Amino acid sequence: MVNKDLSVSLCGLRLENPVIPASGTFGFGLELADSFDLNLLGGISLKGTTREARFGNPTPRIAECTAGMINSVGLQNPGIDALVTEKAPALRKIYRGAIIANISGFSVEEYAYNCAQADACPDIDLIEVNVSCPNVHAGGMAFGTDPASAASVTKAVREVVRHKPVFIKLSPNVTDIVAIAKACEDAGADGITLINTLLGMRIDIKKRQPVIANKMGGFSGPAVFPLALRMVYQVAHACSIPVMGCGGVRRAEDVIEMMMAGATAVQVGAENLRNPMACPEILEALPALMDSLGINNLQDIIGIVQ
Amino acid sequence: MQKRIFKIESNELVARDTFRIVLRTDGTVAVRSGQFVDIAVPGYYLRRPISVSDSLPDGVVLYYKVVGKGTKIMSGMTPGESLELLAGAPGVQVSADQTKWPAEYLDAPAPQRPRANCITGLGSGFHPEKCASDALLIGGGLGAAPLYLLAKELLAQGKRVTAVLGFNKADEICLADEFRALGVPVLIATMDGAVGTKGFVTDAIAAAKPAFDRFYTCGPLPMMKAVCKTLDAPGDVSLEERMGCGAGFCYGCTVQTASGPRRVCADGPVFDKEEVLW
Repeated sequence: MVNKDLSVSLCGLRLENPVIPASGTFGFGLELADSFDLNLLGGISLKGTTREARFGNPTPRIAECTAGMINSVGLQNPGIDALVTEKAPALRKIYRGAIIANISGFSVEEYAYNCAQADACPDIDLIEVNVSCPNVHAGGMAFGTDPASAASVTKAVREVVRHKPVFIKLSPNVTDIVAIAKACEDAGADGITLINTLLGMRIDIKKRQPVIANKMGGFSGPAVFPLALRMVYQVAHACSIPVMGCGGVRRAEDVIEMMMAGATAVQVGAENLRNPMACPEILEALPALMDSLGINNLQDIIGIVQ
Repeated sequence: MQKRIFKIESNELVARDTFRIVLRTDGTVAVRSGQFVDIAVPGYYLRRPISVSDSLPDGVVLYYKVVGKGTKIMSGMTPGESLELLAGAPGVQVSADQTKWPAEYLDAPAPQRPRANCITGLGSGFHPEKCASDALLIGGGLGAAPLYLLAKELLAQGKRVTAVLGFNKADEICLADEFRALGVPVLIATMDGAVGTKGFVTDAIAAAKPAFDRFYTCGPLPMMKAVCKTLDAPGDVSLEERMGCGAGFCYGCTVQTASGPRRVCADGPVFDKEEVLW
């Protein structure tokens, strides 16, 4: 087997490989540092961060589903100061891949403030703006479900971020994902991450009440893969900026499929929760899979499906 | 943490809807009382966290109740079948605080980091060392399970142990004989009074007045709340919460405590009585 090249170029950043744990499914990286060699990962998207520290939602925050799960963590995080002064620097000490800050906010001003802080932090390589988290009543949903408001966040963030690529992470809970992605591109986004979770719900039929304390939450897992793939395909072909594909990815085959649909990098989310070794296992399987498919460089297959 | 395959040695009904499963593996096992393992149940997406009742040199003993389809599937598994467990990895504890990591670990290139062929449990354990001389172990239902390993640890430290076990009905009673086999006196409370004191564990404690300087409790939240409000002594409380990852990185099981947000899976499941906000 000839040496396989797994590296990809993402807005000028060279990633050793396209596999990135998705925000919210990998803590701040350090939590998994004793489980496997983090440097195997092309990048790590850190837990979503707001300006102030947040406790998040009451428990239960988790519900089991067929081929997936619902989460309603509610953006528990230590705040942007802790991210840039503690979490990112601590991870940088042991990790050389791309560190991605995932930024949330409850107003355009908060998004801009948080992104400016992340831009000034030397240990962060890329900024991913979450305009889609469906868990917070006052939060992202409104921005991510409308082209104009998604564009207003993008524009405000773009004005203050001078040094780093800005990706907008989109919600799938919309009618026309392409219109929102294009609005973000026009407003200056360097890339698009999609998809975030789908708003879902479970009911405990014995208790006659929702399983999740907050009633609803974000559904993710293998069940959403075809939907995510379709949106990645649509957006990647409609926009000229790179796409990070996310949603239901659990094995090497899914990574290849996402990339053929147009993803430059691929995020692994819910699967980390059921299998914390999912990313290293995918990376171990990729070279042999590439060989069987006649692929030498992953970069070559990005968007190959027309 | 680490994933390990365990083989089922036995899987037997020991009380109503209650199973005792013995799992063996090919590594050295050293689980502390109060820790748990996270089991991948075939056909289910998320793992099932189950506290360890006994730590064998190469295995674990667990008790579980059949409450839903997942545990129903488990109860049908037979000796020789395998289960994949998420367990702890020794050496470095799961800690977001890097200053607590040993230097020899931080300094080593990742692939060469010290890693023994040893399996621990997930989460924090009980603190037998905090008991001066007399421990009171209070279990409700299957909450008795992790207290069994705790009793062994306390006895090994030369401490005296009394167990108080509460059940709804007599046919749910389990582990009482196992505690007695260790030489531990067992007080039983049943809601219908068929066995032992009629009522709650707190009624059994009030009736027998056992001597203790620290208590340890695991069971339903209302029971543990009553225990903590009633007993004027320091204690360890084992909390239960619906978990996502079971290993501290999804923040799905966070509870508010006296010292701020804590993850039940990684910062707990055992908390000091004073930490828990009822």
